[in-house]
Amino acid sequence: MRRNGLLALGFHAVFLAFMLGPLAVVALVAFTPEGYLSLPIHGPSLRWFRAILDYPDFIASFWTSVELGLASASLAAVLVVPAALGIGRYSFAGRGAFLALMMSPLMVPAVVLGVGLLRFLSLFGLQGTFVGLVLCHAMIVGPYVLRMLLAVVAGVDRNIEKAAASLGASALVIFRRVTFPMLAAGLVGGWVLAFVASFDELTVTIFVSSPQVTPLPIRLFSHIAETTDPLAASVSAVIMGVSTVLLILLDRCYGIDRLFSGGGR
Amino acid sequence: MRAAPYWLSVPAFLLYGVLMAVPLAMTCLLSLDRFSATEGIVPAYSLANYAAVLADPYYQQIYLRTLWIALVTTVASLLIGTPEAWIISRLQPRWRGICLLAVLGPLLISVVVRTLGWTILLAREGLLNQALLGVGLVSRPVELLYTQTGIVIALVHVLVPFMVIAVWTALQRLDPAGEMAALSLGASKAAVFFRIVLPQIVPGVLSGSLIVFSLAASAFATPALIGGRRLKVAATAIYDEYLFTLDWPTGAALAILLLAGVLAIVALWGRFLERRDRMRG
Repeated sequence: MRRNGLLALGFHAVFLAFMLGPLAVVALVAFTPEGYLSLPIHGPSLRWFRAILDYPDFIASFWTSVELGLASASLAAVLVVPAALGIGRYSFAGRGAFLALMMSPLMVPAVVLGVGLLRFLSLFGLQGTFVGLVLCHAMIVGPYVLRMLLAVVAGVDRNIEKAAASLGASALVIFRRVTFPMLAAGLVGGWVLAFVASFDELTVTIFVSSPQVTPLPIRLFSHIAETTDPLAASVSAVIMGVSTVLLILLDRCYGIDRLFSGGGR
Repeated sequence: MRAAPYWLSVPAFLLYGVLMAVPLAMTCLLSLDRFSATEGIVPAYSLANYAAVLADPYYQQIYLRTLWIALVTTVASLLIGTPEAWIISRLQPRWRGICLLAVLGPLLISVVVRTLGWTILLAREGLLNQALLGVGLVSRPVELLYTQTGIVIALVHVLVPFMVIAVWTALQRLDPAGEMAALSLGASKAAVFFRIVLPQIVPGVLSGSLIVFSLAASAFATPALIGGRRLKVAATAIYDEYLFTLDWPTGAALAILLLAGVLAIVALWGRFLERRDRMRG
């Protein structure tokens, strides 16, 4: 059995403290009873979680983010499923370029995308609208869905589809009853990952959102840029809670290492 | 049957063609226009914005700072992420899963939240300074917030998981027999790591570095919150140009320069990797 030495385990402990420390600090500070940022020495208090309820802006932004995540992950899934089948099963002229184009949101700096989309959406009056945000987010989170789907498409046995066809099933029935169920596992994982990516997106969104449609990360960013109070920490704790639930779900179903290998934002 | 892949690609191609290619082209065109305080954006079709930006010491400093921060972040992530991936791969399976979750999980948590943790930790009266003062390592609080050091610390935290996952993936392909053989022949643990493991995971280390570098060079939220208003990097300078100065043509030129810089370094890196692979046959 290969074992880590004491030095290695010590390094490991420091590394874990480095990774989790800042998150733990935010979570702890959120429970402070004081009016300023401090660790809860005088016992935990829910004062700042209750305070969120007094800020309808944060509540509205939370729901905006949830709706945006649901809409954009679903739109991305609908558009990417056929593309994943095309890329995964056929070799055609322009396949490499098309794949590169679809993965490009992971390579192009987000701020460059943001300014381009700001200009583009302004021309059509979509800047700062929910529809505009959904379109932008669907594009940004598409690569996550595509990556999960391509892994699944490669593993699908095409003989099953041929068997269905030889038994007289129409193309539509084959897709609905045979192909789609086999893709479903990858699709659900890609969809959840896309939802999280949309829920967290800041850099592109900050250019294309408006005071009327402000997703949660933007609201939190502007709040922290002005002042860091325990309210920022309690809102962050709520975000961490949502992300952690989805994270554990994804890890149980797919294994965390498979979600991110191959790079990404 | 031949047309099938094209029909399947149409919906996604429309989304990416319209929302990726067109805005990028529009930003290129916008960078050639002229900004006037009275008339707004005036078509000019000249490279004047690029000339002005490249000749301005203010912007030169911002690009150099961005490059420096990205380089230091990449090297630091490489130095701590590589051994960490190796250590995790040698843990017992039960702990391996938990530790991997702890290291990679933060990727799913908003960058704003992770950066908030660092603004609390790095503050003048923050935990880090209290600890340093308490232990007696320093006699006065260290300024970390609003400094490049602070930005690098927070960026390493945000991006090092990408390094760990890249090295981890490379380690998964490693044949443990090589290590065993070296150990049985009397090699020390250090020798095994440096002469058996490391050479085989170099591709993972290099691709992880590339991801960390390109994300660090274009990072926005972390430098904005830790660096504050004065310590600008390329991404925050572009943001200010678009939303405060409202000089979109100059902002577009800054954005195209950032994109070109990142893509050039990525391409050079790719060439280097290919050459390396070919030389090894």
